Amino acid sequence: MYVAVKGGERAIENAHAWLAEERRGDVTIAELDVAQIREQLSLAVNRVMAEGSLYDPDLAALAIKQARGDLIEAIFLIRAYRTTLPRFGASAPVDTGAMACDRRISATFKDLPGGQILGPTFDYTHRLLDFKLAAEGDVPEAPSREAQTGDVPHVTGFLNREGLIEEAPQDDTPPPDLTREPLEMPADRALRLQALTRADEGFTLGLAYSTQRGYARNHAFVGELRIGKVPVEMDIPELGFAVEIGEVTLTECETVNQFKGSKTEPPQFTRGYGLVFGQAERKAISMALVDRALRWEELGEDNLGAPAQDAEFVLYHADNIQATGFLEHIKLPHYVDFQSELELVRKLRNAAGTGQVQEAAE
Amino acid sequence: MIEYNFAYLDEQTKRMIRRAILKGLAIPGYQVPFASREMPMPYGWGTGGVQVSAAVLTPDDTFKVIDQGADDTTNAVSIRTFFERTAGVQTTTATQEATVIQTRHRIPEEPLNDGQILVYQVPIPEPLRFLEPRESETRKMHSLEEYGLMHVKLYEDISRHGHIATSYAYPVKVEGRYVMDPSPIPKFDNPKLGDMAAIQLFGAGREQRIYALPPYTQVTSLDFEDHPFEASKADHGCGMCAATDSYLDELIIDDTGGRMFVCSDTDYCEARQAAGHIGKDNGGKDAA
Amino acid sequence: MQAETLSGGFADPSLHSAHAFRSVMEAMARPGTLQDISGAAPPAPLSPAAGAVLLTLCDTETPVYLAGDADTDAVRAWLAFHTGAPMTGPSHCTFALGTWDALTPLETYPIGTAEYPDRSATLIVECPTLDAPSATLKGPGIKESAMLSLPEHDAFVKNSALFPLGLDFIFTSGSRVAALPRSTEVLCADSKPLSREEGSA
Ligand SMILES: [Zn+2]
Repeated sequence: MYVAVKGGERAIENAHAWLAEERRGDVTIAELDVAQIREQLSLAVNRVMAEGSLYDPDLAALAIKQARGDLIEAIFLIRAYRTTLPRFGASAPVDTGAMACDRRISATFKDLPGGQILGPTFDYTHRLLDFKLAAEGDVPEAPSREAQTGDVPHVTGFLNREGLIEEAPQDDTPPPDLTREPLEMPADRALRLQALTRADEGFTLGLAYSTQRGYARNHAFVGELRIGKVPVEMDIPELGFAVEIGEVTLTECETVNQFKGSKTEPPQFTRGYGLVFGQAERKAISMALVDRALRWEELGEDNLGAPAQDAEFVLYHADNIQATGFLEHIKLPHYVDFQSELELVRKLRNAAGTGQVQEAAE
Repeated sequence: MIEYNFAYLDEQTKRMIRRAILKGLAIPGYQVPFASREMPMPYGWGTGGVQVSAAVLTPDDTFKVIDQGADDTTNAVSIRTFFERTAGVQTTTATQEATVIQTRHRIPEEPLNDGQILVYQVPIPEPLRFLEPRESETRKMHSLEEYGLMHVKLYEDISRHGHIATSYAYPVKVEGRYVMDPSPIPKFDNPKLGDMAAIQLFGAGREQRIYALPPYTQVTSLDFEDHPFEASKADHGCGMCAATDSYLDELIIDDTGGRMFVCSDTDYCEARQAAGHIGKDNGGKDAA
Repeated sequence: MQAETLSGGFADPSLHSAHAFRSVMEAMARPGTLQDISGAAPPAPLSPAAGAVLLTLCDTETPVYLAGDADTDAVRAWLAFHTGAPMTGPSHCTFALGTWDALTPLETYPIGTAEYPDRSATLIVECPTLDAPSATLKGPGIKESAMLSLPEHDAFVKNSALFPLGLDFIFTSGSRVAALPRSTEVLCADSKPLSREEGSA
């Protein structure tokens, strides 16, 4: 006799207990602590902060530990936590010109005020597995020099002086916030940039790459890529002035794109922009390329039908938490719908005369 | 341990959702955009329904959750536990005892009453999405009542297959105005949508939409004069409770392809069995 | 700050607003029904019901228009303290509050757009009584027909003819609330209902 399956609750509890055990792994191996993840897997921590839209290295490290290293799962944990946080206000816009740069390179000028700073980069490392890392070892101290003081001017500013690049006038309109208002099309550039900065790195990378290969090619040069700390200030109405409440590491990329001019705009260079929490230069460059591709309409360019030009396509599919949730929900039972499809297919087959054998056999 | 607010969501979020619900009730079938929050469960797993439930629940409510008609499917269990923990509400599996019922893919068999609220989890709220992927376009189509494309699609099915080849998430028209997606319920459930005594609320978290049907709203499934809508189900009785009026799941019960049919609404089936209705796979008198 | 400003809010915001919302929702979902609503003690001339509706639905994201006698310093201060809602005129409000005479004419309130009919105002109408049914209602939320005490008829007939655009109304009196969404057809003894085509002309 048939007995319906029961005990969903116990099954869930047992699954979670097993998950906790697997997370810990072999107990004879020392357990990772959150500080180790924060310090030694810092690029993973950076990605979780960027796509989780929450700047907190300790929480990001905890999320990575809890997620067993699954970064999208870790981002999800951070996002879910973030929504429960009260908002005290908005910071003043950060000034990336005042960034204390750890890294600052330009692909468009050999030398420039402020200099090129390679910084802590994988660039030019030979990608050879370093077996020394498998054993414990001390790291020799890297050479250092006095930190530069004063602002580091933006490369695009030099071009702007000659009028060779489009103007990017300061705009003090408060930007929209897609975490507080439903996404609405058409989306202005500020909203698109917010969506892109928390977009999935892989998705953004793929789109950016597609523009390089000819799907809305926009001839991007990395005008400048800079990584470093900027102070965060907030206006305190009771005090009547802004106070520094902390600092964040940011990666900023400005691309300089060739532009032949259009019906509305003269020939000049145009801009693509990427700004991401933490050291995340692959993401920042990708973001700048996609930003530039999405600007076709305001620059009077042709719609080439390329995926990276399609704001609705990009913005509705760039969020990995939305995407992974919906993708994975097809694991949930769908047997009610499947049953209705089953009945329908049988009916259609009967109508087409193919189902008769089966029905006769029943 | 962090203390979360009643029903998890903060008050500001609940107010925003509550305002959307009221507009949804005032414009039946119209999808109200709302700033869906990131919930501690994945998008696509009921975040819209959970947010709507969180916005309507009071501590006096008795809450029931079904997925595929059943109270004991894992996701239903998980959502029920979430509200037991965060809202401290009483929960039940009995349809009649519940004041708020959150559902995925089914409408209970037992007619609902005017003290009840049915909250649907909706994956894709836009009935036109499969015809037109762009939100900017479908929004225009709704504003202009431009639903010809939908009829063309349904009619193409008829000319190709002799039947409308949509068996679930079957589109409806609300009060002669908005075409609405009833969520992926089997079309068997469509006739229950109209003239229902309970309030029906639909939440789509990832897609950031809320819509509603007030009680006794006119809801018609799209059809054609020569091909009227037909609510269909497996042409069998329930093997456990012998019901012939309920939606049935088909189960494979042995390696030779033996099948049996059982009510998808577990509460309905159990209540019938308790009342002495015995199906043929349950030791009933016409048992094979 | 006045003591009156600080008091009269929901003692337990999440529970009181949950109950109050259910009353408003039931009212909006079932036009013609009267619901009890409590928990608020706003300054005069606001009714406890109107206070509860405001506390339940208003915050910094909802501009509020206080019409006529409802626009007092005490009401403004109370609303600002408990909800943070910004004050505005009728043409940009999400919620408007006042007596029927103070709120009318209705032409200036936002009625939504063809693509976003939800972007319309909700008017909270303070009524001397809700116990004098004067109009017959038909439409979504109503089994056959319902009765409701309305301050007039023509304005509501005209409003429902705008459907899916239009205003939605919440009526408050003492500690009770009723509602009339734009979807409701308003009939009365002395005026026949306009058809939707006629009304939208
Ligand atoms: Zn049964």
